[in-house]
Amino acid sequence: MSDIVNIGPARITMRRESEAAGTEVERRLSAIELIWQSGTVRKTLIIIVLAILWEAYGRYLDNPLSFPTFTDTVRALWERTLDGTIPARAWTSVKVLVMGYAAGVVLAAVITIAAINTRIGTDFLEVMTAMFSPLPAIALLPLALIWFGLGNGSLVFILIHSVMWALALNTHSGFRAVSQTLRMVGRNYGLKGLPYVFRILVPAAFPEILTGLKIGWAFAWRTLIAAELVFGVSSGQGGLGWFVFENRNLLQIPEVFAGLLTVIIIGLIVENLIFKTIERKTVLKWGMQN
Amino acid sequence: MSELLNVSGVTLRYKTPGLLVTATERVSFQVNTSDRFVLLGPSGCGKSTLLKAVGGYLHPSEGTIAIKGKTVTEPGADRMMVFQEFDQLLPWRTVLENVMFPLEVARKMGAAEARAKAEHYIEKVNLTRALNAYPHTLSGGMKQRVAIARGMAMEPDILLMDEPFAALDALTRRTCQDELLQLWEETKFTVMFVTHSIAEAIKIGNRILLLSPHPGRVKAEIADVDKVSSLDGTAGRLEKTIHDLLFADEPGH
Repeated sequence: MSDIVNIGPARITMRRESEAAGTEVERRLSAIELIWQSGTVRKTLIIIVLAILWEAYGRYLDNPLSFPTFTDTVRALWERTLDGTIPARAWTSVKVLVMGYAAGVVLAAVITIAAINTRIGTDFLEVMTAMFSPLPAIALLPLALIWFGLGNGSLVFILIHSVMWALALNTHSGFRAVSQTLRMVGRNYGLKGLPYVFRILVPAAFPEILTGLKIGWAFAWRTLIAAELVFGVSSGQGGLGWFVFENRNLLQIPEVFAGLLTVIIIGLIVENLIFKTIERKTVLKWGMQN
Repeated sequence: MSELLNVSGVTLRYKTPGLLVTATERVSFQVNTSDRFVLLGPSGCGKSTLLKAVGGYLHPSEGTIAIKGKTVTEPGADRMMVFQEFDQLLPWRTVLENVMFPLEVARKMGAAEARAKAEHYIEKVNLTRALNAYPHTLSGGMKQRVAIARGMAMEPDILLMDEPFAALDALTRRTCQDELLQLWEETKFTVMFVTHSIAEAIKIGNRILLLSPHPGRVKAEIADVDKVSSLDGTAGRLEKTIHDLLFADEPGH
């Protein structure tokens, strides 16, 4: 059975035990176990349960003016989507959001790049973020209305404010966390200035940058809807916030709920589709985040 | 053998909060083409600092460092570094892309040429099967081999290795040392290698510079290290002698 090799006084015994092992090494999971593994399935189940509770409570209360049922809300959402109101309002909001968000990202990039190259730039960034990031963007709306008037200009201004500081702060701390080794590798290749920033620092700090983008998006979306509740009509077409406000005045509460549901749904789509996809194709693939 | 690197009278100082530390004092040595030049010494002898100065990351406060007669002023791709840390590979690039990247940015090669060269050197370190893997999926030894392939693919004047195998387990370290020597047999590249292991210095080097700590000064230079052999016991005797030299001044020895 065994071979024995003698090397001086030492003895090597070769074993052959690899055959015939009856133990179960791998077993396929059952269908139910597999389905339960999926986070989407579990979360969908939670949403269904919540919808049932909502429906039951709405029927029990029987007061559509304060708390419409789930089915009433879905019907309102369906009708207003079919007649084109909700898509048009949502599009108005998203358009302004994209403008403000893009401008905020560009400005954040500019001040962060200025900040990493000079000490005074770093100080400037730190002072500005310390001052402005606790200030809710919506608090600037009255001022913005004086400066830019009733219109998209004011909205874009406060959106920039809500995106820029969160993103700049995260990007800057991401840059600072890039390891000394990676920095030396980049300089070893002779990279300097902007190529060094975009080819080494940005990808190396991408997990933090992505977090900044997500926080910025969430701030911006909330700020925008809140601002639209104050004023939403520009060039004859209001956004989703204005839709909610308008319907509350008309006491069409199912429409109010439908508007809020749309705000939530758009938020979920951006978070779960757009950002999750970016995450999967970058930081998860690169093993920089688990 | 022609002189490639000339380090003469180099004093290196760096600042820590509140302290100005002298890492090395008036260190001089020459590295010739195709040397496997090892800097050996206990921690605190400034060997890594010295290597980084040759890399161009630090400026000597006294003395000069010149490669092929040109004074070193900043990091450059003619002196490729291999670090000890496993995070020296760019995590957002695959093995192939990591090796190609410096060829494209520093050597200004076209994609096809860079790819061919990168594949050639990845094959030399036996990692062709991991060509399209991202660094986080590799073991520590594989990462270090990619870093070596990346350095060698650039065909630099000198390869600077800062304790590249120190964080590896003992078995992997031996394999990596053997592979490095095999690669050297094939291409005879010039390498400067920092280590604190006497055995590794004897195995890797043909010349060893012994440094003493606080501040780092040259204690001795050993030539023809590659001529000793473990069969006739000369390697063991050399190891013992180096050990005694390094720890001669310490109490308790």
